[in-house]
Amino acid sequence: MLEVANLEVVYNDVVLVLRGLSLNVPDGEIIALLGANGAGKTTTLRAITGILDIHEGDITKGSVAFDGERIDGKDPAAIVKMGIAQVLEGRRIFAEMTVDDNLRTGAFTNSNKASVAAAHERVMDLFPVLQGRRKDTAGYLSGGEQQMLAIGRALMADPRLLILDEPTLGLAPMLVQQIRDIIVDINRQGTSVLLIEQNANMALSIANYGYIMETGKVVMDGDPQKLLGDEDVKEFYLGLHGEGERKSFRDVKHYKRRKRWLS
Amino acid sequence: MISGLLVFAQAGGQEAVDKFANATSSGIALGAIYALLALGLVLIYKATQVLNFAHGALAALGAFFAAYLATVINFPGRYVTFLPTTMQWILSALVAVLITAVVGLVLERLAIRPMIGEPLFSVVMITIALDIVIRTITDDFIGSSPRPLGDPWGADVVNIGPAIVAKTEIATLLVTIICLVGIALFFRTRYGVAMRATAFDQEAAMAQGISAGRIFAMAWAIGAGLAAVAGIFSSMFPRASIGVSGGTAFFAFRALPAIVIGGLDSITGAVVGGFIVGLVETYAGVYLTGATWSFLGLGFSGVMPYLVMLVVLLIRPYGLFGTEEIRRV
Repeated sequence: MLEVANLEVVYNDVVLVLRGLSLNVPDGEIIALLGANGAGKTTTLRAITGILDIHEGDITKGSVAFDGERIDGKDPAAIVKMGIAQVLEGRRIFAEMTVDDNLRTGAFTNSNKASVAAAHERVMDLFPVLQGRRKDTAGYLSGGEQQMLAIGRALMADPRLLILDEPTLGLAPMLVQQIRDIIVDINRQGTSVLLIEQNANMALSIANYGYIMETGKVVMDGDPQKLLGDEDVKEFYLGLHGEGERKSFRDVKHYKRRKRWLS
Repeated sequence: MISGLLVFAQAGGQEAVDKFANATSSGIALGAIYALLALGLVLIYKATQVLNFAHGALAALGAFFAAYLATVINFPGRYVTFLPTTMQWILSALVAVLITAVVGLVLERLAIRPMIGEPLFSVVMITIALDIVIRTITDDFIGSSPRPLGDPWGADVVNIGPAIVAKTEIATLLVTIICLVGIALFFRTRYGVAMRATAFDQEAAMAQGISAGRIFAMAWAIGAGLAAVAGIFSSMFPRASIGVSGGTAFFAFRALPAIVIGGLDSITGAVVGGFIVGLVETYAGVYLTGATWSFLGLGFSGVMPYLVMLVVLLIRPYGLFGTEEIRRV
């Protein structure tokens, strides 16, 4: 469904952030994209959804295709219309507007009132907590509610592919569980999901396939079982060594050492 | 206001009441013009984060179009001669506002759109350049003497209670209210919501498929249209008894204290600020005169809005209705 091939992105004409990234989101699946800070996950999102421009970024090589049609170089509005919606990192809800108005912005590309109403109903079903707060100013919602609002807003566009950028960032474990379940629900209703996460445990527990990025390219990919079983993944993303083993100081030091996947 | 009237009535009799009522009514009418100007400025500022220094020039241009359409080529009046002259003039004014809105649209496309993503300071400088260009061209259009607008009200007045009110002032107030209600309704529409979203967070709005460029264009068109409305009313009796002149463009800068008092990014603030400035300026002109206040010199009323602005800024640096950032991370 979504094919990113050999993508190279440069910021400000000098900073090479993605160097030959390739990934694939098949129809109806949840795909996890993992990586440390600065690996280029968010840049990947921007390249797919066409908002690189305002960050002074350019795609210098490679291609992004959605249903076989090239979408790199299209403007963000056209990409949303084609059926790709995104939840930006840090929620980015419109804090001064009401919950309902936030949701309306998500449906901006859709001028058909009936289908907007249907999308709204679906969002209210998925997030019952928002039901009672429809007229409230979004800035005063709790962090978890804001994240739900952000996801709901993206769903208002009735996307076929939903891209989430670190949806569980800064949320309590219970809320992480909730968001996780919601993502599974959304996927069951027929929306493909590209889940960009640092929380590897959560992401891999629901993904059909996972990619791990470092310094602008995919360094490892495979099904979640394989990734979860990998020693390096365990060490970097799960903070585990072996069964219930306590870390000695030397292990901690080893852990902090910057390690390259390919060295 | 009523209690104020009573106090004055006890202190100085009927004369004082008349004076106060007249000052209040003309203050409100002046405030309405400031509110219109402020509304246009705030709208563009909200959507694009740019303070539009070309606003006054657009106001003058709009007023010139109105004068030209109404008095020189009689458009569209000559095609609708069956309508009363007042209606014909209103149509001319509407067409002038529309043309100015289109000018705003073109300016945005040519001068502002290419600057998206550039530092805001550069964009503000561009608006200053636009101001100079439009003002020069408008001055050239206007010619050496002011152009009368040919409005049907002239210097007619009516008595409302103790106040003598110019018909143009009533028209100003009515039109301002219509514009305010219109803008308030617009913000509830799909595009209005999108504009608020773009103003708040451009990237997040783009992520929803809202085209920031189209929103900017819309803000500029509406802003320019509002500038034209304000320009037309500021070129009439009692503001300028002869008509639109080179000075019309500078009138808009007197609305700056209004938006600063109200808060740069607040529509309500623009309106409230506009009326505050209008009233303060008029009261100062009426009451701070005579031997007691002669040390203030002439034209002190023009300084009052800035004094109010200073005081407001000291107490609320973001203006009366401006937002302190709500942020929850």
